Formats: sequence, C-alpha cells, structure tokens
Amino acid sequence: MKASKTVVILNELGLHARPAAKLAKLAQSYKARIYLKKAGRTVEAASILDVLSLACAKGAEVEILAEGQEAQEAVEAIASLLQNKDNL
Amino acid sequence: MKMKRLKGIGVSPGVAIGPAYVLLAGRLKIARRFIRPQDVDDEMARFHRALELTARELKEVKLHIPEGMPQALSIIDAHLLMLRDPVLLRETEKLIRNRLVNTEWALIQIFEHYKRLFASFEDPYLRERIHDLEQLIDRLIMALQGEDSYVAPSEPAIIVARDLSPADTARLQASTTKAFVTELGSRTSHTAIVARSLGFPAVVAVEGILSQVNPGDLLAVDGFSGEVVINPPSEIIEEFLDRRRRYHVRKALLYNKAKRPAVTKDGRRIAIRANLELVDEIPLVLEHGAEGVGLYRTEYLYVTRDTLPTEEELLLAYRQVVEGLRPYPVTIRTLDLGGDKFADHFEGPEEINPALGLRAIRLCLKNLDIFRVQLRAILRASAFGKVRIMFPLISGLGELLEAKQILGQVQEELTREGLPFDENIQLGVMIEVPSAAAIADLLAKEVDFFSIGTNDLIQYALAIDRGNKDVAHLYDPLHPGILRIIKQVVSAGHEAGIEVFMCGEMAGEIYYVPLLIGLGLNELSMNAQTIPEVKALIRELYYRECQVLAQEALGLATPEEIELLLREWLEHLDLELSVRQLWN
Repeated sequence: MKASKTVVILNELGLHARPAAKLAKLAQSYKARIYLKKAGRTVEAASILDVLSLACAKGAEVEILAEGQEAQEAVEAIASLLQNKDNL
Repeated sequence: MKMKRLKGIGVSPGVAIGPAYVLLAGRLKIARRFIRPQDVDDEMARFHRALELTARELKEVKLHIPEGMPQALSIIDAHLLMLRDPVLLRETEKLIRNRLVNTEWALIQIFEHYKRLFASFEDPYLRERIHDLEQLIDRLIMALQGEDSYVAPSEPAIIVARDLSPADTARLQASTTKAFVTELGSRTSHTAIVARSLGFPAVVAVEGILSQVNPGDLLAVDGFSGEVVINPPSEIIEEFLDRRRRYHVRKALLYNKAKRPAVTKDGRRIAIRANLELVDEIPLVLEHGAEGVGLYRTEYLYVTRDTLPTEEELLLAYRQVVEGLRPYPVTIRTLDLGGDKFADHFEGPEEINPALGLRAIRLCLKNLDIFRVQLRAILRASAFGKVRIMFPLISGLGELLEAKQILGQVQEELTREGLPFDENIQLGVMIEVPSAAAIADLLAKEVDFFSIGTNDLIQYALAIDRGNKDVAHLYDPLHPGILRIIKQVVSAGHEAGIEVFMCGEMAGEIYYVPLLIGLGLNELSMNAQTIPEVKALIRELYYRECQVLAQEALGLATPEEIELLLREWLEHLDLELSVRQLWN
C-alpha cells in the first residue's frame, strides 16, 4: 500500500520542536514507513531530528509519503496534524 | 613530546602543574578509537546500555519538575523522543558497524551532521534547537564515559575547556581540580570568578589551547602571568615550581596581616567581605580575612541536582555558613537563576534573550512555592547568626514590594509555627538594573541597604553581552556612565540613611579600590583571594584623597582617561610598585 498527499503548513510557528515531536510520535504509531518531502529533500517522519531538519516555516509545502499496511490512515492523520492551525 | 608555550590572560593567581583533563562543551574530548570486527556486538551493547541509562535518568528528572513548568517537561520529552529517534539509532549503529569506531565518535559524527544542517536555518529559534541534541549527546557520552572513562576523573587534573558554564563548574570537584585553562573568557567570565573563589589558578582566552593539547598531556600553568606550557621539559617544571614557592611566600606575608581591619589612614573603615558559593569555602574566606559574606550565591543547591532542595536541606547549608562566619554578617542573595545560570528543572519558556527574560527575582515571583521555601530557610538560618537578605535583579518598586510582602507572609508563618528567626533581619536589594539605579531614592525608603552588583549592571547599562567576543571589549567598568550610576546610587542611599555596598567583580579589582572608596561605598565584597591585597592597599590610603580622585574621575570623558588617571594615581602613591612586587 502506498499513499501520498501534499499540504501547506498553517501553524504560525511552523514545525517547531513541540509540533515536530508530536508528528514524530504520531508517525511512530502507524504500521507504515512515512516520509516528508520538502524542496526535494525527503526525511523520515518518525525522526524528530529529521523533521526538525526540514525547517518548515508557516506556508511551506510538504508532501507526505507513506508505504505499508496503514499507509492511507497515516497520511490522513499526519496531514490533519500538519494543517492544524493552532494546537499543533 | 614537543613543548609548546601559549599565552592567555591570567585571571586567578597561582601556579599549577598537572595532567590536562579536556572538556569539550561540557564533555570529554572524544577520540576516535577503532574497534575490532569481533567487538562490534559489545560496542553495540554499550551504546544501548547508555541509551537505557540516559532514558532512565531523563524519566527521573521528569518526575521532579515542579508544577507550572510545562516547558521544562516538553524539553525532557523532546530529549526522550530523540533518544528513540530511528534515524539517530540507525545511523549511529551503522557507523559503529561499518566504520568500526567507538560509540562516542559515532555520536559526534551524527551531531556534526545535524549541526551543519541546523546552522543553515534562517529561523533563529530552530537553529537553537541544535542545543537540545547537543545536551542529549552530552548526556549519552557521560553515560558511556561513566562505565569506561578515558581519563580517570578521580585524579587531580588541570581542566581545559572552550569555556566553562555554571553547570560545568558545579559538576567539577574541588579536590580533583588543579587549575582552569579556557580558550575563551575574560577577567569577568564565570570561569574566572569560580577559579578565584575556589583559589585555583586560571588562565582564560588561551587561543588554540584545545587544538594543541591532548588529554593527559602535562601542563604547567601560571595564573598570574597567563602562561601555559604544554609538555614542559624538566627545567621548565623546575622554574614553575620555583614560581609556586615564591608565590606562596608572598601570599603568606600578606595573609599575616589579612585579619586586621581595613581602615584608611584618616580613619574611614571599609568593611571587606567575601563572595561565597559553597560551604567548603568558609575556611578559605576566614583565612583571607573576610569580615563576613557580602554575597552568598545560593544557586548551587539548585543546579547540581535533578530535584529541588527541601527547606531542611537549604537550612542545613545556610546554617553552616551563618554559624561558620559568626559574628560577622552573611548576606544571602535569593535565587538568581535564569540568564546564563540555569538548571534543568528551571527551564522556563524558550527565550531569545535570556538576560532580559524570566530570571532571578522574576522567576521567584512566578514560582512562589520555590521562593517561599528558600525564604523560610533563610529566615530560620537567621536564628543562628547574623543574616541579611538581598533580592537580585529588582527593576522597579512594585517588584520589591511584592517580594517584601511574600517575605512578610513567610515571617508570619514562622511566628505561627513557633520557629525562631531574627525579627530585625536586614533587607537589601541588589542594584544591577539601570532603572533600579535611577529610582534608587525610592527603593532606599523600603530597604536597609543597597548592594551594587556590577557584573550585570555594567552589562545592562552598556548593552554589552560579555559572552559575545565581538563586543566584549566594550564591557568597561570604568565607562563614565557606570561611574555616574555608582555615584548616584551611593548618594541616594546615603541621603536616605542606608549603607551602600558593592559585590561585583569590580569591587575586587585592585586598581579600582581607591576610586570606589572615594565614591563613598561602605563595604566591598569580593573573592576571598583578593581580600588581603585590597585590605593592605586600603590601609595605605587617605579617604579625603580618594574623594578627590573620584571627583576627578567623574570629570573625565572616556574609560581610557579614567584608567590612566587611576594608574598614575597609584604610581604616584608608590603603591603600584608594592602591589606588583607581591607577584613578581
């Protein structure tokens, strides 16, 4: 199973430490390998360090890619987390 | 082994010879060590043990974070998450397995990789996140070193580092430290202050020391001239030993007179007290002739451990100091955390500008539980000797009144509980924020004394970050603006009938002493080491002449002119010579 979706970061502060932590935790909870792709660079969503290293500011366009049993659910969950405006 | 001579700034006198113990940003210098293919599994197990140990430590720390500090929690959580980071684990294991290297070196490679990535970020907040990883890797390496250290930390050694933070120095044991040598720093940096207060020789701003010294190299350090010799041959060792002997003889001469009071030739008595941080320093303080403590820094018990100290623990420490120095007064400064002094469990909100942020009295007024516990301990200690309380970083009247109100409540509590304390305990504020200096007349009505904390006052008044090497040269205690502020604070205090003290580094600088006395300060508090010298100087001065000197200095326009005036004045008194002779 493969799934993907492109979203724009809406959170005022972008993917800061706390949202990056939430995202990595969420990514670890799915039976799927999940990647984030921004400006040609692809990183593992389950790695807080890699997520931080993407330096996503508000307005950044990020592609979510997933592969595995729960790929579809994972992409949806992460997309909604990334598009959450305030409580990321 | 080749000898190398380096030169820095000697900031704490004394001579030491011993092996180098190299700290890199708080951790040991990491050497690449190759492992045999058959040892890969053992190394892997070592890595995983360190991961587990660190996770356990972090969870333990987490349990002790006081309520109302969600930010501290989230930092620990971020560390825990990084500890399980699949990329971090996989890449570290890959390096160990494929390149056959030790775990420490592999971790440093990972760190360097992210450091390069993060350094390119435009967002300063995100760029700073590299420090989270750095702290975590420090912890991991400490866990690794704990089971297999390269240099036995139990052996007395000369600590070599880029710079030493308060957290670093708090971890170092006085019994295994011979001297400090740092690549960065100045006379007023934390390293210098700690070294002087503990009586170690220290040399700072030694360019290239880290790239030239290897762990275990023999070093000879002269904390007066600033010389550092790596791998000295025997004749140089002899020379340094000889310097050490001469240094001790001269020190002894001065110390014989140290207990006599500091009274000018025309009869003005200046109280000379010590700055103190540790209970262990009491003998040192007394031996150097201090008449009590003008600044007791109380952060130690908060930064060296993962749990908050209890009232009883604080009381025990304060009581030892108060009883140890009786009948002299001990001026206890309430918690001055934040800024460059931090503790894991005090991590406040992320701050872009911590020096201007939630620190000292502000932090206490936000965390009243912690503040009350400390005030209770201080008050209870006042039953055992003479205690004075001092609030740091007061910037306005409102803050002072709020702190006084809490103090009043705590006093009532103790009275109700029947616990004894000194009901006439003296209360003072540190004048270290320019706004407090400007309203000194208003503050003076509310307190029993002022103490000018010059380190922060100068930093705030001149808008200079002492830690920033591009502007540090502008940090000048002799800036005419600083002298005017001091003058204003002294006048406001004296007009209101209270005494004005000084407890910053400036107070212990021998060239400044005549000026400070001329400006009217009643008490100077400094590192114990400097006291015998300062007292000897004061006994040679006339207060009237010092007043004239201060007037003259206040009329000058630049720090350079003022410095020249002070030096010429001392030379004229034929004193500089005798002060110099002391050391040469």
